Amino acid sequence: MSNSQLTPGIAPGRLPADVIARNFEDVDPPFDMHEAQVAADRCYFCHDAPCITACPTSIDIPLFIRQIVTGTPEAAARTIWDQNILGGMCARVCPTETLCEEACVREAAEGKPVEIGRLQRYATSVAMPKPHPYTRAAPTGKRVAVVGAGPAGLSCAHRLAMKGHDVVIYEARPKPGGLNEYGIAAYKATQDFAQAEVDWLLQIGGIEILCNQRLGRDITLDGLKAQHDAIFLGIGLAGVNSLGIPGERLDGVRDAVEYIAELRQAALPSFAVGRDVVVIGGGMTAVDAAVQSKLLGAENVTMVYRRGKDRMSASGYEQDHAAQVGVKIVYNAVPLKVIGTDKAEAVEFAYAVDGKPEAETFTLKADQVFKAIGQMLAGVPDGLSVEGGKIAGASSGIWAGGDCAAGGEDLTVTAVAEGRDAAEAIHAHLMART
Amino acid sequence: MADLRSDFLGIKSPNPFWLASAPPTDKQYNVERAYEAGWGGVVWKTLGAEGPPIVNVSGPRYGAVWGADRRLLGLNNIELITDRPLEVNLREIKEVKRKWKDRALVISLMVPCDEESWKDILKRIEDTEADGVELNFGCPHGMAERGMGSAVGQVPEYIEMVTRWVKQYSRMPCIVKLTPNITSILPPAIAAKRGGADAVSLINTIKSVTNVDLDHFSPFPMIDGKGSHGGYCGPAVKPIALNMVAEIARYQETRGLPISGIGGVTTWRDAAEFMALGAGNVQVCTAAMTYGFKIVQEMISGLSEYLDDKGMAMSDLIGRAVPNFVEWQDLNLNYVTKARISQDDCIKCGRCYAACEDTSHQAILMKPGRVFEVNDAECVACNLCVNVCPVENCITMEQMPLGEVDPRTGRPVAPYANWQDHPNNPAATAAE
Repeated sequence: MSNSQLTPGIAPGRLPADVIARNFEDVDPPFDMHEAQVAADRCYFCHDAPCITACPTSIDIPLFIRQIVTGTPEAAARTIWDQNILGGMCARVCPTETLCEEACVREAAEGKPVEIGRLQRYATSVAMPKPHPYTRAAPTGKRVAVVGAGPAGLSCAHRLAMKGHDVVIYEARPKPGGLNEYGIAAYKATQDFAQAEVDWLLQIGGIEILCNQRLGRDITLDGLKAQHDAIFLGIGLAGVNSLGIPGERLDGVRDAVEYIAELRQAALPSFAVGRDVVVIGGGMTAVDAAVQSKLLGAENVTMVYRRGKDRMSASGYEQDHAAQVGVKIVYNAVPLKVIGTDKAEAVEFAYAVDGKPEAETFTLKADQVFKAIGQMLAGVPDGLSVEGGKIAGASSGIWAGGDCAAGGEDLTVTAVAEGRDAAEAIHAHLMART
Repeated sequence: MADLRSDFLGIKSPNPFWLASAPPTDKQYNVERAYEAGWGGVVWKTLGAEGPPIVNVSGPRYGAVWGADRRLLGLNNIELITDRPLEVNLREIKEVKRKWKDRALVISLMVPCDEESWKDILKRIEDTEADGVELNFGCPHGMAERGMGSAVGQVPEYIEMVTRWVKQYSRMPCIVKLTPNITSILPPAIAAKRGGADAVSLINTIKSVTNVDLDHFSPFPMIDGKGSHGGYCGPAVKPIALNMVAEIARYQETRGLPISGIGGVTTWRDAAEFMALGAGNVQVCTAAMTYGFKIVQEMISGLSEYLDDKGMAMSDLIGRAVPNFVEWQDLNLNYVTKARISQDDCIKCGRCYAACEDTSHQAILMKPGRVFEVNDAECVACNLCVNVCPVENCITMEQMPLGEVDPRTGRPVAPYANWQDHPNNPAATAAE
């Protein structure tokens, strides 16, 4: 294969295989023991610590860091997992710069927070090869269906299993993990970590995962109701928003989430990418699509967002990372149309003020266009109340959590918290009836 | 999770971590917060005799010594015993003990050195249902000027006498808290035992001046331009405390006397070390005053994980290192180790070189490219390089096997032999 960054159209192998492999190495390599000790030593063990408040799963961060300091990383991991059973993945993908680390008092004091995310990764990495630290309570004889093996579903399932319930997870895709497996940039979860974490989580026992079981296609809510004592829906956001502009259906125009999912399952060196890539959107999905396109060897990658930098939902840290790998970010521009005959050739934009288009326009060359303007709820069974595009509240034996449910931000860590809390609610409900 | 339940003199607590008699245990409010946080027991702040309450200064009571990053290493205080009315303390103690039956509650006492005063206070506390008493013979500031605290603890005859009174007028377990402000800890410990003490606790604080205000030329803490010595505690005093605990644990006449270990306990590891050297439980103050009561959670998880890893029960740990605490003359003079520098871990700061070259044995070679290597022909294995290296485990000491020639001495490593029969020892007894 003799493709290069300058090869026109959408082509694989724009960079040598070893360069691509290197580009997709761990973005934030793990601490060794010395680094962990030095980093952990900086924690002040604050009272009623702001980092705990900032964590959607309320991990006792000062305690786990102190446990690292005193040479007991397994106890540290236990402190993390007690609150967040997917603490390993969250250590890799959490936007810590807008959560715990932003709240760290040393961020205020010195502009350098304690590196909580990396310390969490250290503790969980040390402890994961050890025997699974949780055991199941006496069997309750109750059976709970969890729909979706993403962060919310897995978190819910583990907590339910721990309480002695039997759990069956119904997953639409071929593999469990949800967005951890299909939706996170590859360099954030290297070495098949998403599957390794699922395998570790299942060691508790009492959880069965059935893949390729899509709600509404292979299974129905009524069917599940008949066979289970309670149902948890963690179905995520299966739909994507569309641009609603001419040319959207041209070849080369794709949903970013779909592209990221394919990329995660692909052999990277042979994965095709455009020469000129345009990503429309300002969230994490947009950044992940843009950065990975660049790492695969696209010559020009431009992220275009309709509002200003301060409104972008991707954090400053993520924007900087994108800029660092060579992604150009254009703020305050809205797409008018995708230009091309049978495939995309360019995108025309209008400059905008606060998301509203102005008269002046510009055009960006594009043989590949990724739409990353948000996902939406899809495939919700009848009879559930949907408010503001999310499943609202629990109803008669059905709970929901994660991105599909109302409340909280659409973050992995939020999904874990909601799954865990739903499990507690389900447990209370089931045990109250007996 | 290892079983951390503790039984000290028949006083039961869910774990061996008690708060020492000190400011954190002066009131019901604090003590209940401590119990809520998970502390196994408390020794209530020292009660004095009936009468007008003690008066404290209203300027600074504490001075401190810090390490890098302003980590508090040592704390010094000039606070006296409780300054609240006796009846208030007694009422609260009773209430707390009723509410928290599974936790240990011991009352610290300090009254004038006469029989009537002790008889009286023991009678007054009888009704509280507290688990025991601790005699404060340790406080080195303020109260000592009035003939109490360390003024008693420095005179073994007084220790024995008062302990005897306490055992005569009370059926409660009696812990005698010892002062480190003496030349040897053994006579006070022996005196406590002779007086009938059920246990000793140590160490109380060490007489100290933490620093001097160089504008006002006064020791700190400074009260209106003057300073007085205080009592020093915290991580800085741990080595002194460990030695004193171990001396009591191994000495023939005091061996077996239960010990409550006190002095700079901050982490599970500190606690385990005190216990290995003979302490049946530990008491903590400075760590709680620095970080809050929550730190006990790390002590609990850490000790539990350690015992699980070792497959040991807590009773296996207590006193386990005592037989290995020997006199210098018992050390193996034929044990040879050499420093080893891991080139993978070395960050090339050169501190080991500076320390060895300037102040020790010129046994570290600095090679081109800032490569630091040990010269075995000069290395006496002093361990200074290990101690000054900023990277843990970068420099380690490696034992030379028996029979191998030590390049420093040119002699093969021989089997165990100590100073007592060393040829250079004028007092050595001839082998033949």
